[in-house]
Amino acid sequence: MTTSPVIASTRTTAAIRSENLCRHYRMGETLIRAVDGVSLEVRAGEFVALLGSSGSGKSSVLNLIAGLDHPTSGSVIVQDRDLAKLSREELAKYRLHVVGMVFQSFNLIASMTVAENVELPLRFAEVNRSRRESLACEALARVGLRARMNHRPSELSGGEQQRAALARALIMRPQLLLADEPTGNLDSHTGTEIMDLVGEFNQQLGMTVVMVTHERALAERYAQRMLFLADGKLVGDEPNFAVQSGSARGQP
Amino acid sequence: MKLPDLTELALRNLRESMLRNSLTTVGISVGVASLVAMLSLGIGLQQLVSRRLVKSGLFDTVVVTSRRDLRFTERDQERPAQTPGESPVLDESVRQEIERLPNVLEAYPDIRFVTELRFDDKPHLTMISGLPSSAKSNDAFEGLQGSFFSSDTAAEAILQKSFAEELLGKTTAPGEAEPNVADLAKPLLGKKLIMRYAQRAAPSTSVPLRPSDASSENSAVATAYSVISSEQKLKIVGIADLDPETLRGPTRAKVFLPLKLAESLHVMQPSDLREISRAASNQPLYSALSVRVKNPAQVQMVEDAIKKMGFTTFSILDATRNLRQVFVVLDMFLGIFGSLALAVASIGIVNTLVMAILERRREIGIMKAIGASDIEVKKLFFAEAGAMGVLGGIVGVILGWAIGQVINLGTNAYLKRQSLPPEHFWAVPWWLVLSAISFAFIVSLVSGLYPAGRAARLDPVQALRYE
Ligand SMILES: Nc1ncnc2c1ncn2[C@@H]1O[C@H](COP(=O)(O)OP(=O)(O)O)[C@@H](O)[C@H]1O
Ligand SMILES: [Mg+2]
Repeated sequence: MTTSPVIASTRTTAAIRSENLCRHYRMGETLIRAVDGVSLEVRAGEFVALLGSSGSGKSSVLNLIAGLDHPTSGSVIVQDRDLAKLSREELAKYRLHVVGMVFQSFNLIASMTVAENVELPLRFAEVNRSRRESLACEALARVGLRARMNHRPSELSGGEQQRAALARALIMRPQLLLADEPTGNLDSHTGTEIMDLVGEFNQQLGMTVVMVTHERALAERYAQRMLFLADGKLVGDEPNFAVQSGSARGQP
Repeated sequence: MKLPDLTELALRNLRESMLRNSLTTVGISVGVASLVAMLSLGIGLQQLVSRRLVKSGLFDTVVVTSRRDLRFTERDQERPAQTPGESPVLDESVRQEIERLPNVLEAYPDIRFVTELRFDDKPHLTMISGLPSSAKSNDAFEGLQGSFFSSDTAAEAILQKSFAEELLGKTTAPGEAEPNVADLAKPLLGKKLIMRYAQRAAPSTSVPLRPSDASSENSAVATAYSVISSEQKLKIVGIADLDPETLRGPTRAKVFLPLKLAESLHVMQPSDLREISRAASNQPLYSALSVRVKNPAQVQMVEDAIKKMGFTTFSILDATRNLRQVFVVLDMFLGIFGSLALAVASIGIVNTLVMAILERRREIGIMKAIGASDIEVKKLFFAEAGAMGVLGGIVGVILGWAIGQVINLGTNAYLKRQSLPPEHFWAVPWWLVLSAISFAFIVSLVSGLYPAGRAARLDPVQALRYE
């Protein structure tokens, strides 16, 4: 299967495409097929939920899309880049500029203040200090956390930490937001607040969102489409008409 | 990431686990301190010895002798036989030739003879030598009482301290405090000495030749020239505080005359006897020439040039060459000890950073997830290692300097109790400070090589899976 030029001209709406994607782990004698032949497509600007029970391979798929992991076989093509063909250096650049990530456990750096955490990607991008500061303020304002910018993550509630993480994911203005159970550690009220923000990023900023969750209710409320995984295989692909009507403005 | 950012993050990370990192830094400091302490002791001792040698005023002097003389003093088998005619002699033309060599300040004959000096009508047999006017600036005459010669031909004499004692009939028993030079100078300065010597005169016409001031008693010896007994009055103008035993060259004598005066006296030299056949010429032959070189560094070059002319040379540098080797070895040993200490400290750095990686696995994973490249992570750990190295280096240099200062003070206190003059045998030159810090920096970077590489290779997915 040849990729780039054709895709670039004809399928501009496909932000993410995977072909027969596999990620196998060898544990001694046994082979664990964490991801086993997943072919999927996510359009630009789409909000997709990745559903499945624990251990079904959701995080593994997300990490492959994020360029954090290499597929055992198959390919992930994000905006016409075949991630399997990128060097480690290029993958880092891709993660920095194209992808924003949020996790269940927030993953803020404890020794840094909220503002420093948020501007960390800008440091890797060698943006100068004053510009970093103003961008961090802007991003924190967007998630409603400006007042807490000089606090350490440990001084924040779970919801506030996830907001900070969202601000960090937003700061490089990536086209892709990958969220791995972002509300998994939060109560339902706070979870809703976070999901509202993610929805906002999707609709107002046009970010393509892939969200891993095992809560079907959450997916039904926010995602335009639901992909179901079981034992590393894609077992279902359901459009969510309730959400699509309100948000899929990019569609004809 | 840019360097200021990198440094800032590195320092903040070091602050985060303050205790462990300060202990590691102290380890580096101790290594650097011992390195600095050891090396500055070596350098200080070396400088002390060099100062002593330079003070002798002969560090920049080459003594030239004719190989002919050597043929008489050394055994023939040591040198290939040479017919006397092939070996050049040291005469005035050679002296001028040597003086024209590059980097040579002056070449003057080494005039030295043993003769009788009368003081208060008592005879004293002693070694006398001619001193060029350039010797005035020589450190050896630093403690001179009275003054240097008023001119290069003045009928004046400078006495060695020990000879002054002899003239005054003072003897110091061993263990007794030596008399002060100033006390010795007072009764002697301005007094007259009468020097009696054998003068070598051209043979030809009438003997004796010398006018009034030198009374000739008898002429003796030789077919080619004659020897007359003469007298010369001398005024004592200075007493020098030199230790004649430790010195070489002209300063080894006990009484000094201005060089031109000494030359004009045509005192019979030992070499004259050997050169009887040549003595028909009016040119005096010199037994040795002292050649002053502009800079001790050029001594070797000048020596080589003179050797090519067919003469034998000797310089203090030849004698100190072995000594310098000893110091190179000493410095090396001291340096190795210090480096060992630093090597131990570098293991501390490796350990600290590996620990930090284990602790900060997740942090590394996060940084990679949000876009840090392998190189970026590597740089961060390098920066931490480097910062520890530089900090440890600075503290270490201060520590090493302080140790040296304490030892110096302690030793000088001891020297003082032994009523010896204080010595500065401790030196921390700038290059040592800078190279010690850079060395600590480089050692830390090398120590950081493995941990940084390990951090960079960390798999972010694995790192983030750990809770
Ligand atoms: N590094 C690994 N080594 C071995 N097995 C792994 C590794 N990472 C994931 N797995 C396995 O792959 C499967 C999918 O994991 P994951 O993608 O984390 O699932 P999910 O996110 O849906 O809960 C699980 O069975 C898990 O045990
Ligand atoms: Mg998971």
